Amino acid sequence: MSSTGPASSSRTDVRSSARSLRGRPLLYTRYSDELRIFNTAAKRGWTIAAIAVTAALPFGLDRDLVSLLSTIVVFAIGGIGLNILTGYAGQVSLGHAFFLGLGAYTAAVLGGEESRGVIGLGLDMAIWLPLAGIVPAVVGLLVAPLAARVRGLYLAILTLGLVFIGEHIFKEADSITGGAGVGRAPAEPVLFGVDLFATKEILGYRMDRFTVFFYACFVVFLVMAFAARNLARSRFGRAFAAVRDRDVAAEVMGVNLLRTKTLAFVVSSFYAGIAGALLSIIFGRITPENWNLFLSIDFLAVIFIGGLATISGSILGAVFVVGLPKLVQVLSDYIPLASDVGQGGIFTVFQLESILFGLLIVIFLVLEPRGLYGLWIRVRNYFKAWPFSY
Amino acid sequence: METFVAATISGLGTGAVYALLAVGFVIIYRATEVVNFAQPALMILGAYASSAFTNELGWPFWASVLAGMVTLALVGMIVERLALRPMVGRPSFSAATVTVGVFLVLLIVAFRLIGPNIITAGDPWGLSTTVVLGATVFTLDLAKIVISLVAVGAVGLFLARSRIGLAMRATSLDQEVALAQGVKVGQMFGLAWGISAGLAALAGVLVSSGASGVDATVALVALKALPVIILGGLDSIKGSVIAGLVIGLAEGWTKAYQPEYLPWLGANFDLVVPYLIMIIVLMVRPYGMFGTKEVIRV
Repeated sequence: MSSTGPASSSRTDVRSSARSLRGRPLLYTRYSDELRIFNTAAKRGWTIAAIAVTAALPFGLDRDLVSLLSTIVVFAIGGIGLNILTGYAGQVSLGHAFFLGLGAYTAAVLGGEESRGVIGLGLDMAIWLPLAGIVPAVVGLLVAPLAARVRGLYLAILTLGLVFIGEHIFKEADSITGGAGVGRAPAEPVLFGVDLFATKEILGYRMDRFTVFFYACFVVFLVMAFAARNLARSRFGRAFAAVRDRDVAAEVMGVNLLRTKTLAFVVSSFYAGIAGALLSIIFGRITPENWNLFLSIDFLAVIFIGGLATISGSILGAVFVVGLPKLVQVLSDYIPLASDVGQGGIFTVFQLESILFGLLIVIFLVLEPRGLYGLWIRVRNYFKAWPFSY
Repeated sequence: METFVAATISGLGTGAVYALLAVGFVIIYRATEVVNFAQPALMILGAYASSAFTNELGWPFWASVLAGMVTLALVGMIVERLALRPMVGRPSFSAATVTVGVFLVLLIVAFRLIGPNIITAGDPWGLSTTVVLGATVFTLDLAKIVISLVAVGAVGLFLARSRIGLAMRATSLDQEVALAQGVKVGQMFGLAWGISAGLAALAGVLVSSGASGVDATVALVALKALPVIILGGLDSIKGSVIAGLVIGLAEGWTKAYQPEYLPWLGANFDLVVPYLIMIIVLMVRPYGMFGTKEVIRV
């Protein structure tokens, strides 16, 4: 096989073909090389660097910034989930918040404490975390045949209905959710008897509970991000893309539409459930109103601003969407446009950040549909072609 | 019997407003194949504009309603020109997501303008009641039915009879052919948004009329128009009127009878009934009662 490739000369073994790629990263002599999880050395390098930097970040940051970092990581998990459904498989969903809520309440029931009429079994994280993904996934499995019947905008409208119905159920199920406006405490992140939301002393270094919990989220995130990347390059990932690009054509080619859409729904709901469970711990207290339409829009913003059908785009989007409010807060000291409540100014900080979300969704879709990831591609291509313009 | 008549009239009143909003969705969908998720924000802005004309400038009710509709029509046209025109020819779900962004921006603007205040339409009906078939009903509900049907009828007549209406229908049939016949297609898109936003403003006035008034969060009521267009068919004006009344009736009857007969479904169950109906319709007949069945080709 490799002897036919232009890169190989007399040596035909695999190692030499890998070595000869060094100066020509985009030259693939075998199909499996192109499909590898890191198909270029640059990708592998950047990923390792990003993981290392992120793992080191909590040591130099304040507690509230570490907490923000955890939120980013959790939003990235949820964003990857929505991206599998909307970006890869092309099924627009406004119902992501419902599945996040489902995950959060599954976790809370299994891993939370019982108090004032609210059910809580107090189980270990090793039990509630997987189940927080599996229960929404099963619900996704039940919804999927219905969702597979409708296409495009109809699906967006259907999932919108799901959010409203879900909010109603959450509000009514007092014994699980604490009821409207009251809420309940979330699950407790105790893994094999070790509390992941408590101060820890490791090798003489004191880590506060936010840092400890950040690392827990980060590990979950890494596992799920790699799993998603793996799924995307598998035959299921290719089936997703085929369904997204032209579902009838995909069906003609032998892709089972119902099965593919169901799989996308189930996987996406699983990711949403895990993200919801972790997010509820960051919130500290969850009410049925947390899981409303606006949370769904936040996640749409994550993938549309970050970039559709890319894992790194989902992560960039999460950084952006979670980081933006903080940035607005910091900048509001310098820009007279925003102010805290009751101090004059045109908008409050909260209003300004919501408006920016809306504007950015519009601007990115109009000007750069590939999102932040697309901006990165532009920068990369500029330097790749340098000194030529293309 | 009295409960039944009262529930029916109040349901029809709500339904008429849904129909008004749904027709707005349908007009935009027919012109550009986009579901306009920004409609709730347009509705609440319309309610605000009209109430501002009445309460702050002291204009008569009808004049301020018209002024509010015209203001919102302009807002709709500007939004279309800036945010939606560049999306022509792109996948319809991208364009729909753009309207989600527009929704967020306009809604926050409305929140900022309204703040914690209550909007009142300053309408002449207030809490006055009329006796219909032996039951006492709010005059407001009757007014809602009449005004909505007149407005939808006027729009229908405009589309069916006027030259511009013909151009709009031509555009929704085939944009390129319409262009070749000298129709200014871009202007037709703008006009569709203008009409739709104007209708949304009128719906906002009707929602905020009555003695108590509403706050900014009522905007999400407009999303009830989505079950309506699913039931009626995405591209049928007739369908959205009938479906609007049906959904309104279902909601009114649920509100009247469910707390008594099916209390375990919980408080405010009537608010989710439209969405449940929508899910059933999507399962049985995805293109609605009067919608065009989608023809799919590779």
